Amino acid sequence: MAGSVSGSRRIMGRLLKCGYGYGNGFLRQFSTSSSDGKSLNLYTAINQALHIAMESDPRAYIFGEDVGFGGVFRCTTGLADRFGKNRVFNTPLCEQGIVGFAIGLAAMGNRAIAEIQFADYIFPAFDQIVNEAAKFRYRSGNQFNCGGLTIRAPYGAVGHGGHYHSQSPEAFFCHVPGLKVVIPRSPKEAKGLLLSSIRDPNPVVFFEPKWLYRLSVEEVPEHDYMLPLSEAEVIREGNDITLVGWGAQLSIMEQACLDAEKDGISCELIDLKTLIPWDKETVEASVRKTGRLLISHEAPVTGGFGAEISASIVERCFLRLEAPVARICGLDTPFPLVFEPFYLPTKNKILDAIKSTVNY
Amino acid sequence: MALWTRKSVNVVNHVVSRVGFLGMINQSSWPHSFYRKHPISDACARNLKNPVTDFVNTPAHFPFRRFESTKAETQSDTLHDFDANQQVLDFPGGKVTFSSELRFISGSPEERVHCYRVLDDNGQIITGSTYVQVNKEVALKMYSDMVTLQMMDTIFYEAQRQGRVSFYLTTVGEEAINIASAAALTIDDLIFPQYREPGVLLWRGFTLQEFANQCFGNKADYGKGRQMPIHYGSNKHNYFTVSSTIATQIPHAVGAAYSLKMDKRDACVVTYFGDGGTSEGDFHAALNFAAVRDAPVIFICRNNGWAISTPTSDQFRSDGVVVRGQAYGIRSIRVDGNDALALYSAVHTARNIAIREHRPILIEALTYRVGHHSTSDDSTKYRPAEEIEWWRLARDPVTRFRKWIESNDWWNAEVESELRNSVRKQMLQAIQVAEKVEKPPIADVFTDVYDVPPSNLVEQEKLLRETIKRYPKDYPSDVPV
Ligand SMILES: Cc1ncc(C[n+]2csc(CCOP(=O)(O)OP(=O)(O)O)c2C)c(N)n1
Ligand SMILES: [Mg+2]
Repeated sequence: MAGSVSGSRRIMGRLLKCGYGYGNGFLRQFSTSSSDGKSLNLYTAINQALHIAMESDPRAYIFGEDVGFGGVFRCTTGLADRFGKNRVFNTPLCEQGIVGFAIGLAAMGNRAIAEIQFADYIFPAFDQIVNEAAKFRYRSGNQFNCGGLTIRAPYGAVGHGGHYHSQSPEAFFCHVPGLKVVIPRSPKEAKGLLLSSIRDPNPVVFFEPKWLYRLSVEEVPEHDYMLPLSEAEVIREGNDITLVGWGAQLSIMEQACLDAEKDGISCELIDLKTLIPWDKETVEASVRKTGRLLISHEAPVTGGFGAEISASIVERCFLRLEAPVARICGLDTPFPLVFEPFYLPTKNKILDAIKSTVNY
Repeated sequence: MALWTRKSVNVVNHVVSRVGFLGMINQSSWPHSFYRKHPISDACARNLKNPVTDFVNTPAHFPFRRFESTKAETQSDTLHDFDANQQVLDFPGGKVTFSSELRFISGSPEERVHCYRVLDDNGQIITGSTYVQVNKEVALKMYSDMVTLQMMDTIFYEAQRQGRVSFYLTTVGEEAINIASAAALTIDDLIFPQYREPGVLLWRGFTLQEFANQCFGNKADYGKGRQMPIHYGSNKHNYFTVSSTIATQIPHAVGAAYSLKMDKRDACVVTYFGDGGTSEGDFHAALNFAAVRDAPVIFICRNNGWAISTPTSDQFRSDGVVVRGQAYGIRSIRVDGNDALALYSAVHTARNIAIREHRPILIEALTYRVGHHSTSDDSTKYRPAEEIEWWRLARDPVTRFRKWIESNDWWNAEVESELRNSVRKQMLQAIQVAEKVEKPPIADVFTDVYDVPPSNLVEQEKLLRETIKRYPKDYPSDVPV
């Protein structure tokens, strides 16, 4: 399988075991890769990044609900012991408080790394994020900023999360000038992108694919490294169609690429990584080459970030496009527990769309 | 012009009430015409910025400053209705007495608010208790339902461990709060639950089969399999559907209570939440709205010491939750959450007050979350196992209540074992049945998003059905297409 992937590039970590799935369409498999560091899963890579962030900056703080004992996903394990309870602490159960507090802390020149326990619970903090964090710099004429703010939140499907432990709310935040939105696809990416987000002089919302916390394993360099924001990556080269995605969905898309290849369709797969401000140039260059575009995300299709990508690429590549832009996304319904496999943009839904786009 | 004057008075009122005594301290430095002309003078701005220093530097001004010097006669009524002898001033929020003493209100009371209880540790009524009588029939139903709740929890928890349901969360340790509060209400009272109150539904007649259907997300689940286990809801039992989001139900309860009041219904609303929930903005908004709109709502806080791994010491520094009520102008009581008779009496009385006097009541039930937060949690990671065991054994509310009914000669070991056998049988049966019932049909993915599905959903359903036909193996076989 790894052989069919272009070169020996690291793509997205390896799937440990699939705890959940219906047939092939639901298997989340990952290309294997070689690297220099230790084999880590995604939550451990996040944990390592947080240790480095705290170590390298004495003005960094980590806090959120249940963060003190390591967090419900274990991402903050060991941090309170290592850096003390003044720098790593539990907050009261109040998301607006967490983000509001974090903005004030960041405005004083600190790195405020705030955890929201689930992306589904970020909404009580929406006002603080949208009206405060995002406009702090602009409204003051750059006298004040809260650039040291990073909000981490696990997002996306997990197999049994139902309405309130599964959502992908990234599009809401992509509609807010002043924020950056970052979503990693694998352990190595997570570590480098998180460190960049924490050190970026702008407020960043960093969504972590919770399905991959334990499932995705990859060699992760032990040292302190950063991966650039607002730079997309072509993780698989191809000529017939461009696929754009982010986070956990990329592994599903990669499966579809592999299956399409068996039918002689050559797919180019792009990890957007940073959703705003996003790297249009990389996507545009790819679509200019392939003439076709498919976007896939778990969030409902209507008003999802795929719509923005589609519109922008149509604006830039209208004459080069050989088929309508395809969007394979979540349904326009709340995220339903027993119907999760029906709701999700599965491999075969993507595969069908690849074929019909190429054969348009 | 007149408009301008009014406006400036409003600004002054606002400043005075917001800065409180700080506004007065430095009044000497304000021009006399301040109230009329310069609502925001430089001096004022400076004082607001550094009130403490300014205050310390000008102590002599403070005790003698009054408002006479401001020609209050020309101001609105609220500002000049001022009694110099009693040192009382009618501020916009009402009359306030002045004091020349520089004293902050303490952040912690000299003594913590007492906890009301009726039954002692041995299940005997404490002499001199004030409480509401519970007759034999009600008492026996209370006890049976508490036992049933405990057994239901044990068996569902086990089913989750065996992978038969995807998630579960127990109420262990909080059976009295669940059942005794429910017993003190009528079916017409509306419930807005958090998630650790299935006992209220049980009391109202939701069957073990109905519980099982929800946990298994089958066709008979009223929520159509859409939500995680334990997210019960039943219209016929006046029990609004659980949402995972903490504290969101609390303001809903207030709105619903206001409706009951407007409709002159002989009923109130009861909402439950945890200690953690009281940190959310929704809790505070709800208490304030309830007080301002005089809504007949009972807020029941299950203060069980923990919000997942977060102890109440990280959650708040007030004397628990009960003291928040007074801050919002709400009558409040702290109750031993493991004493079913105390809970019953408090809720029964609260209901009368809420309905007859149209006012909200806050009840803080002190208890302990004996189970893990949920099946996703191992609480021995953050609290000692002995602590859990002590609460489970020595403070079990069910055993305590049993001692009381036994001492009344209403109960004995024989009936006890009959009850347990029968509940176990019903539970196993309910699970077996629920497991076999098929899942809700695929059409239920698309219904209820709106009253009727709009065209985008109609189209998505059509596409999904085509995909299922092409790739049947991608989809669970127990969901009828
Ligand atoms: C808005 C929101 N934030 C966070 C969570 C995650 N969460 C679920 S339960 C819980 C703790 C609740 O504690 P408490 O209110 O004391 O209720 P208890 O579980 O003790 O009954 C948290 C933080 C959530 N469900 N909703
Ligand atoms: Mg609690």
